[in-house]
Amino acid sequence: MEENGHIVLKDVRKAFGPKHVLNGINISVPKGRSLVVIGGSGTGKSVMIKTILGIIRPDSGSITIGGEEVTKLSGKERDQFLLRFGMLFQGAALFDSLPVWENVAFGLIQGRNTPRIEARDIAIEKLRQVGLGPEVGALYPAELSGGMQKRVGLARAVAADPEIIFFDEPTTGLDPIMADVINNLIVDCVKRLGATTISITHDMASARKIADRIAMIHKGEIVWQGPARAVDSSGNPYVDQFIHGRAEGPIQMEVLKA
Amino acid sequence: MNFLANLGRVVLALLAEIGRIVIFLKDALLQGLTPTIYVRQILEQMLRIGYNSLPVVGLTAFFTGGALALQIYLGGSRFNAESLVSTIVALGITRELGPVLAGLMVAGRVGASIAAELGTMRVTEQIDALTTLATNPFKYLVGPRIVAGVITLPILVGIADTIGIMGGYIVGTRSLGFNSFAYIKNTVDFLHLDDVTSGLIKAAVFGFIITLMGCYHGFNSKGGAQGVGRATTNAVVSSAILILAANFALTSLLFSE
Repeated sequence: MEENGHIVLKDVRKAFGPKHVLNGINISVPKGRSLVVIGGSGTGKSVMIKTILGIIRPDSGSITIGGEEVTKLSGKERDQFLLRFGMLFQGAALFDSLPVWENVAFGLIQGRNTPRIEARDIAIEKLRQVGLGPEVGALYPAELSGGMQKRVGLARAVAADPEIIFFDEPTTGLDPIMADVINNLIVDCVKRLGATTISITHDMASARKIADRIAMIHKGEIVWQGPARAVDSSGNPYVDQFIHGRAEGPIQMEVLKA
Repeated sequence: MNFLANLGRVVLALLAEIGRIVIFLKDALLQGLTPTIYVRQILEQMLRIGYNSLPVVGLTAFFTGGALALQIYLGGSRFNAESLVSTIVALGITRELGPVLAGLMVAGRVGASIAAELGTMRVTEQIDALTTLATNPFKYLVGPRIVAGVITLPILVGIADTIGIMGGYIVGTRSLGFNSFAYIKNTVDFLHLDDVTSGLIKAAVFGFIITLMGCYHGFNSKGGAQGVGRATTNAVVSSAILILAANFALTSLLFSE
């Protein structure tokens, strides 16, 4: 594990009642690099990201961002800490009651007190960067297709030029062509900003495209991590089973156990 | 033995729920009602809670005032007390029926809507998205709704009181043969400021209960569409029960000698 990581998780654990979701996660992401965490449904990927953001408080372990311990932050300190982040949610999580441009500009207006007119201009520019015209800014999220919502979610994630961006299942539910478009946009945006990123996905095409390093999570533990180019020759039975999508192997789905 | 075990489980679940509501109340007060204040959100919620509830609250008050006048007239005729119609309608509406019926109607309309909206935001990760955008959901979502509820319910009840008394007046003068001037004079002479303010105080408390319960159940909903539906039902039921309980407690408190 790299000790000089921008984002470092050490022995992070989280249980919900008797269910242990994170069982001692250890990862390190250097500044400006992209880590993709792969793994099946219910293995703890989303919980891991939410513990870093402070949406879920870990039971134990250490999470440092730029060398600063963040698990104990609260109130204004946490709000300040969150200004450094952008996040693209699996379902885009756009605010239904706000037009698209205000969704994109939300973090600027509410979090950074940017004047609305200035924030609107930035939002229109960010929409342009993800391939959407200014006319889309006036629409409401319900009027957009799934792919367009993901683009707007991406524009919102990068609107404030964050130093860290999380992508939660960025291509889930999209057709392969739109998924590739989103992957390209993610790579472009991340390169432009020089941001440190963690993505979680079970789409291997997406992982190969956007990752510098890949980590595999299973039952709340990182069972393998290495450079993205090494994923096909990892020699790890969990990784091999996952990337080839085989039912047989060490990973047994809950439905097969019953 | 099974009965006792089941009873124990129910009591424990109830206590746990009360504990969760108290913790939510603490967060709502300490986080939601302290700066930063989202004025735009408060005004928007006042419009949704207050202005949009006017038709349903107004109609309820009008028909209740009319029905009350008829009942008092018919009941009072048994002991020659028909002349009390205007006074009892005014007292009944301002002290009890105005705030309670408006509270229950708003609980059904607004409490359900708040729970459904926040519940959907919860299950579609919009509340998590707010957090990642450095915006405290208690300040942005809960605080403005509670402030709007506490401000607008007394205004709504003030309007409901007026419409309810008008309902009684119309029935009294058109159907029951009361003299218009005498009806208004009796209403004004026997109605005290305390009667109105006690109702408005109740309304503010009911506004707090409705918005708090709507936010609590919406905020904690889980499990997709079914969870949102459950949150909506729970918000309305818990608001209605708490309004009736609070009404009894406030009546005891405000009118104790």
